[in-house]
Amino acid sequence: MGIEFENVNYKYDKRNAKYAIKNIDLKIDSLNEFICLVGHTGSGKSTLIQHMNGLILANSGIVKVSGSDVKKTRNINSVRRKVGMVFQFPEYQLFEETVEKDIIFGPTNFGVSKKEAILKAKEVAKLVGLEQTILEKSPFNLSGGEMRRVAIAGVLAMEPDILILDEPTVGLDPKGQREMMELFKKIHQTTKKTIIVVTHDMDVVSEYSTRVIVMKEAEKKFDGLARDLFLDQKLLEELNLKKPTYIKIAEKINKKLNRNYQIGCLSLAELIKEIVKGE
Amino acid sequence: MEIIKVENMSFSYSKEEIFKDFNIVINKGEWITILGHNGSGKSTLTKVMIGLLKKETGIIKINGIELTEENVYDVRKNIGIVFQNPDNQFVGSTVKDDLAFGLENLCLAHDEIEMRIEKYLTKVNMLEYKDKEPHNLSGGEKQRVAIAAVLSMEPEIIILDEATSMLDPKGKEEVIEVIKNLSENNTVITITHNLSEAILSDRVIVLNKGKIVLDGKPLAVFKETEKILSAGLDLLPSMKIANKLAELNYQDEELKGILWELNSKM
Ligand SMILES: Nc1ncnc2c1ncn2[C@@H]1O[C@H](COP(=O)(O)OP(=O)(O)O)[C@@H](O)[C@H]1O
Ligand SMILES: Nc1ncnc2c1ncn2[C@@H]1O[C@H](COP(=O)(O)OP(=O)(O)O)[C@@H](O)[C@H]1O
Ligand SMILES: [Mg+2]
Ligand SMILES: [Mg+2]
Repeated sequence: MGIEFENVNYKYDKRNAKYAIKNIDLKIDSLNEFICLVGHTGSGKSTLIQHMNGLILANSGIVKVSGSDVKKTRNINSVRRKVGMVFQFPEYQLFEETVEKDIIFGPTNFGVSKKEAILKAKEVAKLVGLEQTILEKSPFNLSGGEMRRVAIAGVLAMEPDILILDEPTVGLDPKGQREMMELFKKIHQTTKKTIIVVTHDMDVVSEYSTRVIVMKEAEKKFDGLARDLFLDQKLLEELNLKKPTYIKIAEKINKKLNRNYQIGCLSLAELIKEIVKGE
Repeated sequence: MEIIKVENMSFSYSKEEIFKDFNIVINKGEWITILGHNGSGKSTLTKVMIGLLKKETGIIKINGIELTEENVYDVRKNIGIVFQNPDNQFVGSTVKDDLAFGLENLCLAHDEIEMRIEKYLTKVNMLEYKDKEPHNLSGGEKQRVAIAAVLSMEPEIIILDEATSMLDPKGKEEVIEVIKNLSENNTVITITHNLSEAILSDRVIVLNKGKIVLDGKPLAVFKETEKILSAGLDLLPSMKIANKLAELNYQDEELKGILWELNSKM
């Protein structure tokens, strides 16, 4: 059923005039959405997503998860389980002796039997691209990219309806970044679950999103398709956002060579198609 | 003029050998970018270079003087390093104190300290946060403070280890602008995964499993498709376009001629 926000407001310091998020209205389906959440540092992205699983409770307004008001729910754990959250640098939160123990920590905490949780761990490890042999290893002997996958597997093992990731590719090398995004795409395609990714990378937005939400100074300033955002020059300037690489390149080619490629190419493949089309 | 010289250096963490007979020369006033996959040794190299980690063999010279256990603290006064994770590098209870701490260690006059704090917090756009507690800041804000703290000491050599990874695009641009200005007088070493940042520097070296596999001007380095890919890096967008068009046997000399220009000022 997804997540709904009705006029949600939040301040970290109530004596201060500054809102962390302000007047937020939002509807997110639990299926088939791949949402990129963008906006400058301090614009309210992390605050917004923490409202989605009850880690932060609104000062005013209503947040509903699967139709029930997060503030009134008796069982906040069921909300946390439905909306899985992977924080920034999740690998810093690993703490168990083995990868398997780390992955089953969440499910067993939510009352799943150990035996079932171990089966689940094997399944999600495979989904995130970890070898089964890694399950017995200490998470601290893995590479950064592997540790991050373990942390993500731990959230997936709780079988959330919606998966939220806060800047999941920061600190990974280019190959690791690409693999990580491809992983989310695969999870999205195989489970149909809605995925929300906080990112600063406009190339990620253009290549992966089905919907973009832009935050600026605590408010939601755009909610729609990447193409509509990136082709609106005035809006981009107002929101202080960059264009994705291949749009910038199409524009440069047009300018330098006086050509007429259409500039809405969201990926390399689209740009190549546009270039070759004239033949 | 050589400012850092590493000769036949070897280094291991307990059992794992990271560098063997490693050599590099960095010239004064150079802005050099180190690229490489996670775990290729970038952070380790910079730490060994300035004596934060102890090499097993080899010689390291800074400004012509061999680095020894006796002179390492003095030499390091000329070197500023911003580490990958900004959480571990705050000492002050407010942003302002954090900068003041380093400056007081340099025995500067009070006015000079105040002046530098203001100047460098302004440069990274953090002046309005000067009375905040560092640990309450976001990742990107912490990185800016850490950068300002190092720059305010005006070291001769500045090392930035993935120091802009958590900044938003605008913040990255601001910091890169600062680095560009600094690199006119100082020696700057940046470690990054961001190619549009690397392309602005004077020289790029690519590390792969503890070895230098490429070393040269950015565009010359980025043309080495195979080595770039096998080092776990990404190709420049123009390179990807050129390769795809070649695959499709699409001839367009005019376009080919300007592809390289498309990379500049991304
Ligand atoms: N724990 C906190 N205490 C006080 N202020 C905070 C805290 N976390 C965030 N803020 C402030 O709330 C605003 C929104 O922050 P955040 O949601 O973290 O933004 P983003 O994730 O977009 O960078 C910023 O002004 C930030 O400084
Ligand atoms: N403190 C440490 N103890 C043991 N091994 C380490 C330590 N720090 C890094 N390593 C290992 O050394 C290698 C190089 O790491 P590092 O210099 O951090 O690479 P990079 O900065 O290029 O990602 C990696 O295999 C890493 O696992
Ligand atoms: Mg955030
Ligand atoms: Mg490193």
